[in-house]
Amino acid sequence: MKYEVIVQLKPEVLDPEGRAIRKSLDRLGFNSLRDVQVSKRYVLELDEQDKNPDATAHKIAEEYLANVVAESFTVEKI
Amino acid sequence: MSINKRIGILQFPGSNCDEDCIKCFREYFNTELIRIWHQDDVLPEIDGLIIPGGFSYGDYLRGGSLASHSKIMDSVRSFAQSGGSVIGICNGFQILTESHLLPGVLLRNDNQKFVCEFSRLKVAKGKSLYHKVLAEKTLSVPIAHGAGRYYIDATGLKRLRENGQIVFTYDSETYHNPNGSLEAIAGICSENGKVLGMMPHPERAVHELFGSEDGLAIWQAFLATIS
Repeated sequence: MKYEVIVQLKPEVLDPEGRAIRKSLDRLGFNSLRDVQVSKRYVLELDEQDKNPDATAHKIAEEYLANVVAESFTVEKI
Repeated sequence: MSINKRIGILQFPGSNCDEDCIKCFREYFNTELIRIWHQDDVLPEIDGLIIPGGFSYGDYLRGGSLASHSKIMDSVRSFAQSGGSVIGICNGFQILTESHLLPGVLLRNDNQKFVCEFSRLKVAKGKSLYHKVLAEKTLSVPIAHGAGRYYIDATGLKRLRENGQIVFTYDSETYHNPNGSLEAIAGICSENGKVLGMMPHPERAVHELFGSEDGLAIWQAFLATIS
């Protein structure tokens, strides 16, 4: 069973990488571009024997992949 | 003051300031240094613990994140929670926040650069021994990091201020904030004042030939926290 976890900085936290990419694209003429947000995507493959895979994936995302002080995350079965 | 103290120093794959700390302690303080490998089960008998700088586990996931889940850390947590003295420098600070032994988090620098320079540190107001020993000082201590931007939410910041947990700030008024840290925070301590995390490297400022000896006062403050 596979889960996709996406982790990114919360909107109120400055994302310097996204800002640098936006500035660069702006120089290339993509002037309609207002913002770029960078995220990390993880694909978790869980054992079929896991009786509660949704909870396992969520726990891994919350306690390990994301640092919830500054990052938000989504978990989706794929 | 520091005679016969047993100081542990954690070593992770990718730690690279451990030997500098050991050399510094051998040179200046009468202490016994004990190297502790990250896969050890428990800490040996120690009076204080150093978590050195470097790039543990290649900074995978986030700086300090994988290290915070390594085998030795359960014992480090118990040591800190039972009032042990711990100092985490640079990557060691990241490990302490990722382990939730200190609040907040260290993010990529706002300028997208690895900053490597002397920082000018101010000592904030507070009640810990670090505040007392270093009171009113301005210190010149090097920094070398890509992810030193301290961040905490508004509630957390209020708590830090009320508890007097902010120890060092970058002198952003007369010099600058090198990484975009919230409130120019460079180092904080736990509520009991025994666990300190700081981005600057005191072990790199212990001799006039290094350009500064101000790190020695920080080590003296660390040793003072060991009762």
